[in-house]
Amino acid sequence: MRPLLAIENLTVSFDETRVLHGVDFSIGKGEALGLVGESGSGKSVTWLAALGLLPRSAKVAGRVLLDGQNILGAPEGALDHVRGRRVAMIFQDPASALNPVLTIRRQLSETLALHRGLSGRSLQAECKRLLDLVGIPDAERRLSAYPHEFSGGQNQRIMIAMALSGNPDLLIADEPTTALDVTIQAQILELLGRVRRETGMAMVLISHDLGVVSENCDRVAVMYAGRVVEKARAGELFDDPCHPYSNGLIGALPPLDGERRRLTAIGGTVPDPRNMPAGCAFAPRCALETAACKAVPPLLVPVGPGRDVACHVVAAQRQMHVGQAAE
Amino acid sequence: MLRFLALRIGRALLTIALVVTFAFVVLRLSGDPALLIMGPEAPPEVIAAFRKAWGLDDPIWMQYFDYFGAIAQGELGRSMRDGRPAVELVVERIPATLALTLPALLIKIGIGIPAGIYAALHRGSMIDRAVMLAAVAGFTVPSFVLALLLVLVFAVQLGWLPSGGQDSWRHAILPIFTLGVGGAAVLARFTRSAMLEILGQHYIRTASAKGVPWRAVVTNHALPNAAIPTVTIVGFMVGSLIAGAVVVESVFSWPGVGRLLVVAVANRDLAVVQCILLLVALTMVTSNLIVDFLYGFLDPRLRTRTGSA
Repeated sequence: MRPLLAIENLTVSFDETRVLHGVDFSIGKGEALGLVGESGSGKSVTWLAALGLLPRSAKVAGRVLLDGQNILGAPEGALDHVRGRRVAMIFQDPASALNPVLTIRRQLSETLALHRGLSGRSLQAECKRLLDLVGIPDAERRLSAYPHEFSGGQNQRIMIAMALSGNPDLLIADEPTTALDVTIQAQILELLGRVRRETGMAMVLISHDLGVVSENCDRVAVMYAGRVVEKARAGELFDDPCHPYSNGLIGALPPLDGERRRLTAIGGTVPDPRNMPAGCAFAPRCALETAACKAVPPLLVPVGPGRDVACHVVAAQRQMHVGQAAE
Repeated sequence: MLRFLALRIGRALLTIALVVTFAFVVLRLSGDPALLIMGPEAPPEVIAAFRKAWGLDDPIWMQYFDYFGAIAQGELGRSMRDGRPAVELVVERIPATLALTLPALLIKIGIGIPAGIYAALHRGSMIDRAVMLAAVAGFTVPSFVLALLLVLVFAVQLGWLPSGGQDSWRHAILPIFTLGVGGAAVLARFTRSAMLEILGQHYIRTASAKGVPWRAVVTNHALPNAAIPTVTIVGFMVGSLIAGAVVVESVFSWPGVGRLLVVAVANRDLAVVQCILLLVALTMVTSNLIVDFLYGFLDPRLRTRTGSA
């Protein structure tokens, strides 16, 4: 079946510095994909590039297929029909993502008028319905308020209402709970889950929080230094991480049950994008590093059903297993 | 909102009171007015009589309150040169000054703001660089240099326009242009940087991500935000409508308030100087007050913060 959206070999450079080195993944209709990785691994840039939201100085190449049609580099007019209507996006810090001098009504009705041609009474009714849907009490009155009159969690709810106003097929949630209190985080994720169940919308959840991703996503893609290094079903990744980086990320998580163990940190730091290692970007921090790792960047190769990993060592081991199992 | 307004008006009145106090202190500091006016050779009896007549024998606090009372009634003394009330002298010069500064203000706003917005939207383009080059030049060249340059070219070399005086509208062109160019440059720079800052904000990206066409993002989302810092500069320009043309009026011998000030200072005509000082303070304070109101109107954050505080 054709995926809802597929990103193929997406690369992004700023001022001759490549920050995204050929990213590939796809999202099916109604699917929830988690995108994890450290800050600067290219999670957000991937989506900003896909929707043409990066500054003009950024050089973007590759393909972004929405229902099989490439939207990368499409004219602005065409992209305006994709953004908000087919693919909506919510951001990390809701307080700064909303315009401080416009009322919530103005900001909500903008998309409703644009994508659904609503006006007058039906527009008002829909604004109110959306605020009710995302759980803002006293919606009628609150529509005339400004973003600074709401809490961070409420602002994120409003962002979600705005994102839903175009009835999108895909919602990109870029660290939607990072700037919020833990209790509010849970509420927002619960809201996103409920909305998804009700609308059947697909979602990409960008997060550096593995716990959040494992609970809310079907599949996970792990990114490191501008590349996807592992793709797996959420459960699989946690039970049996393949890539040494995924392994490290999960080792750094405290276990919720069982014996207490020492948490392991990944030594070293993320490489500077201006000074990337010639081979695998993770090699300098990796315990399994070999001569091949230093020389050639590994490609994503399948090591099981729906499972890909970009690691010379692990891929060789696993493919052997796959081979043995097949025999 | 009412509280906000009351607070601002109170502050404006306080500022004016401070300026009046300042004028009082400066006048006392500049020496004994009796000696100053009658001259050091005057006989002591005459000086004593003068002091008594003007209340200079009263205790200083009494003088201060008398002075305040007089100003409140619009009594600002007489010019020492021709004995006419200082207020009258100053007020009759205002239309001449406004005839230069108002059209100049229109040039500043009409050229400076659009140029700044355009430069910000086309950052790094040839036009942006040209606008910024012109702005830096207009910003750094002192107005008397620009004025002399314009006189040299348009009056002396080409002979198209008169170099000074106030006989016809043609005499106003060079001074208006001189005033307008510098201000437009300042405004273009401010508008550009205000716009650039706003265009980098997250809510601009949100608007684009919502599918709002770029033109609408600029007009509906960026401009209302960029207006807030720009209004400050425009307010400052409105505040200097009266006193902002001192140099230009002198160069073009235009009989406005600024030239009156220069002449009054040269003649030590204190009453006139003080009157102009108060007038300038009054226009500055008034325009600041208007700017404050506009802030409240443009920025909802300010409105509720002071309203609920």
